[in-house]
Amino acid sequence: MERSRLVFTGSGGQGVIPAAILVAEAAVLHENLNAVQSQVYGPAARGGAARSDVIIADSKIYYPKVTEPNLLVCLTQEAYNKYSSIIRPGGLLLTDTKYVKTERRVSANQVELPIYETVLKKIGKPIVFNICMLGVIIGLTEIVQTESIMKVLGSKFPPALQDINRKALELGIELCIDARPNQPFT
Amino acid sequence: MKGKIKFVQGNEACVEAAMYAGLDFFAGYPITPSTEIAEHLSYRLPQQGGKFLQMEDEIASMCAIIGASLTGHKVMTATSGPGFSLMQEALGYAVMAEIPAVIVNVQRGGPSTGNPTHVSQGDVNQARWGTHGDHAIITLTASSHQDLFDITVDAFNLAETYRTPVILLLDEVIGHMREKLVIPEDGEIPLVKRLRTSLKEGVDYHPYFPREDGRIPMSDFGGVHRYNVTGLYHDMWGFPSDNPRLVHDLIRHLVDKIQNDRHIITRCNQYHLDDARTILIAYGSAARSAHHVVETSRREGQRVGLLELKTLWPFPSGLIREKCAKARTIIVVEMNMGQVLAGVKQAVDNPESVFLANRIDGVLIKPVDITRIMRLIQGRGV
Repeated sequence: MERSRLVFTGSGGQGVIPAAILVAEAAVLHENLNAVQSQVYGPAARGGAARSDVIIADSKIYYPKVTEPNLLVCLTQEAYNKYSSIIRPGGLLLTDTKYVKTERRVSANQVELPIYETVLKKIGKPIVFNICMLGVIIGLTEIVQTESIMKVLGSKFPPALQDINRKALELGIELCIDARPNQPFT
Repeated sequence: MKGKIKFVQGNEACVEAAMYAGLDFFAGYPITPSTEIAEHLSYRLPQQGGKFLQMEDEIASMCAIIGASLTGHKVMTATSGPGFSLMQEALGYAVMAEIPAVIVNVQRGGPSTGNPTHVSQGDVNQARWGTHGDHAIITLTASSHQDLFDITVDAFNLAETYRTPVILLLDEVIGHMREKLVIPEDGEIPLVKRLRTSLKEGVDYHPYFPREDGRIPMSDFGGVHRYNVTGLYHDMWGFPSDNPRLVHDLIRHLVDKIQNDRHIITRCNQYHLDDARTILIAYGSAARSAHHVVETSRREGQRVGLLELKTLWPFPSGLIREKCAKARTIIVVEMNMGQVLAGVKQAVDNPESVFLANRIDGVLIKPVDITRIMRLIQGRGV
């Protein structure tokens, strides 16, 4: 497989870092791939721009940080302003329409979706916002299988939450059916 | 290797390895970027019947593990630079009284409270000479979670083998990043048990009387034997002495028991060294960036290799001299002002062939940082 370099950015508390860990853990534990996850530590735990980097590959990963992501997720305006320029040309930039107004054109496939509003409308609980965002990513890139994410979620949360998590994931996958970029994700 | 696969932070890999090695007492004062070690041990240890103590500071933490080790437990503490500074006095006591212990320092930027959430490798010399007086010390490090697991178990084994504190010198990137870890099956990595005296109750026990092989059996403090432990120069009963011959012999013993075995204690990884004209020497997270450069350069047909050090002290001079004998250029990659560089320059025949590729701004050195320096040295321009 081509090496995937993902950067998740948003505000502390939106769950971008748990989402990054989930996708990396799913790749390692259930898809026999290598993955490295790191995050920017600082006073951004609550509020402020949070960032987490994930590399997924079927070969060894040495340098653990991402310099040019081929998938960049920005869930706040601040994160978008700070990070949108780092995307690799031809990469995929995912933003949420409630929080981010895209300004500059970057040479990437820009996907803007109402993830937060759809979660509120269809599920009613913003806590699964990040899981729905992961669903969108899976729908767009097929980077890991839905079931791999579900298995990791099942190992971390009580069974009672599996239904709502699955609903959020599937909602995300549905949401991006029309938004799939024409070019393959590399 | 069979075993349970986990996706964890380096700090958690260290915890899993310590539990595997038989850790049953931890005392510490949580500090970034080592906090997760204390966090995970606070529930892992009680699960297995061990003890976790959160102390009032790092001085007390170090003293507590020394006491617990003397009573027969496998002990560890974890900290970062500021706490490691506070531990130095008691660390010297453990060296002098020959008490096994593992001290983890997940390095941040220093001096002082420095750069708490960012990476640095600035404590290499502190690990060697942080405590006063002539002594030897063992300091280990790793760049991947699997190596970190093995080297942590090693740290406990070496602490018991040599009756000495062993320092595990990690850094923020290794401590915090997550990657795959395969936990070996029980028995897959041999464990060194405490060497205890066979003397029964009522028989005089000399706490510092070596066997014929030089090792000194211990007796669990507070058990059946009464004996003295001190930070002063001491005789075989453990009582203070300033007898010049005894002082001389003890300092020689403390240094020689580790320095004479440096070939046994030295651990490293070697990548593409056989025909390498340029050799990168690195350790910890910087070795990951260096390894990236080596693999990329090899694909471009450049004869570049990596010598990754996992033992920093005793300094592996012999290994470095041997491996670098045919290299034209040696580049030490580290995130400080050249703490391992100095040792490498002393070790090789031609110190002028040794260069430093470093970053000291709290950012993990990037492969491109190393490549640029390599190109400059090779006269090819950035």
